[in-house]
Amino acid sequence: MASPAFEAVVEDFEFLGDWEERYRHVIEMGRAMDPLEDALKVPATKVQGCASQVWLVPRVDGEGPEAVYHFAGDSDAQIVRGLIAVLQALYDGQPAEAVVATDAPVQLARLGLDSHLSSQRSNGLRAMVQRIRETAAAAAAAA
Amino acid sequence: MFDVAAIRDQFPILKREVNGTPLVYLDNGASAQKPQVVLDRIMQAYGQDYANVHRGLHTLSTLSTEAYEGVRGKVARFLNAPSEEEIVLNSGTTEAMNMVAYSWAAPRLQPGDEIVLSVLEHHANIVPWHLLRERQGVVLKWVDCAPDGSLDPQAVIDAIGPKTKLVAVTHLSNVTGTVVDVAAISRGAREKGVPVLVDGSQGAVHMAVDVQALGCDFYAVTGHKLYGPSGSGAIWIAKERLAEMRPFMGGGDMIDTVTRDAVTYAPTPMMLEAGTPGIVSTIGFGTALDWMMDIGMDKIAAHEAGLRDYAAERLGGLNWLQLQGTAPGKAAIFSFTMAGAHAHDISTVLDRKGIAVRAGTHCAMPLMEHLGVGATCRASFGVYNTVEEVDRLVEGLELCQDLFG
Repeated sequence: MASPAFEAVVEDFEFLGDWEERYRHVIEMGRAMDPLEDALKVPATKVQGCASQVWLVPRVDGEGPEAVYHFAGDSDAQIVRGLIAVLQALYDGQPAEAVVATDAPVQLARLGLDSHLSSQRSNGLRAMVQRIRETAAAAAAAA
Repeated sequence: MFDVAAIRDQFPILKREVNGTPLVYLDNGASAQKPQVVLDRIMQAYGQDYANVHRGLHTLSTLSTEAYEGVRGKVARFLNAPSEEEIVLNSGTTEAMNMVAYSWAAPRLQPGDEIVLSVLEHHANIVPWHLLRERQGVVLKWVDCAPDGSLDPQAVIDAIGPKTKLVAVTHLSNVTGTVVDVAAISRGAREKGVPVLVDGSQGAVHMAVDVQALGCDFYAVTGHKLYGPSGSGAIWIAKERLAEMRPFMGGGDMIDTVTRDAVTYAPTPMMLEAGTPGIVSTIGFGTALDWMMDIGMDKIAAHEAGLRDYAAERLGGLNWLQLQGTAPGKAAIFSFTMAGAHAHDISTVLDRKGIAVRAGTHCAMPLMEHLGVGATCRASFGVYNTVEEVDRLVEGLELCQDLFG
């Protein structure tokens, strides 16, 4: 079981049909997500390795084993924004240690998104997950 | 007579499906697909006739050398160059531009000397000059295009000053499809005694090129965009300029004699072709040029003009689509943006519909900045594309508008 928020997303996707419906839903999730303030869209928060522009702003409450991971993010591409919303459901509010332990590709595969969307290097999903895991690992280690 | 169905039939890859639908390949500006004759020639070159070139006297080496050297003449014919001795074979336009920068420009240019280039240029015709700017203080002098993407040849000529040593321009923009009047630019530059280097990566694909009529000094082409293998290409260099070239890369093939203390060089064009070249890719490139010349560049251009007109009408009818580049006489290359949707959103959805387009900045960041767009989608047509594929593109874009608009 992943986070309750992500399990809810998985449940939503179970009712969706072809790729077009799934894409539509991902795009809707992105639209429903709060945009990032422009002041936070700076080089330090920008994720390299994405074809479109992506920013991730992590925040960790607490320290060591009690550390809880939060993050906000944004992209100028709608599909990527949607993927960030999916990642938010997967990771936001989780213990930092659980974030590190989560196998993102396995969880994302449960959404039945085509491999194109979930594995493509250029859309930056890989780079985003890496950034999330790095910042969470740093927080979990800072005991 | 031009039969697009018969042309398509020669491209095995066009028979495949992508994401469950027949492939619509509209990324020809990035690289073109290869006809069966080119694939067969590659197989024959590796399977029957392969050995290194210029080195052995055995049968295979002779066959390989003859096939490889034969390409020089094909390129000369394709560009109507005065002599095949003025053709340098290489891996493509990027190598060509770097060679001209290193071998011709670097030894001649002093700090403060200028290179005039247009904002339409591809990075391959920008970054080599930036390297000279960094290394030896060469100044890059830019000429802007009009809002429709057209480039006024007089503006380029007017930019030539007493310190200008080279004009480096594209023949055809890979982003906007603008055709640049290279003949007019060359005439004006010649009056001022300044050589002209033309990036023909796109131009030679879509129209008949006659370097003697253009009156330029350098004309570079890329094999993989000309329906040939990747890693092949050539540059024509006018005799007077060729005599001014210094060696570029050092190694085998480009020398006459080497001793512990000295080296003498082979005559051009060999002097500029160090090391074992892309033998088979070059041989395949020659076959691709023969294939294009057999069809006839005028027929290819006429077919693509039809596609351009139809696509301009269909895409122009989508009032939520912004076309970047509408210069008169442009080629069948369409860059566009859609309010609310990123170029990557569009290309991702189009790909899902089996349509391959490019999204991004197209190795032309200064042009993107000039046009005021972060990224565009680009549909670039080739000899095998059809009006039905224009319709498929429009259908795909309508779905994008539905999803993102």
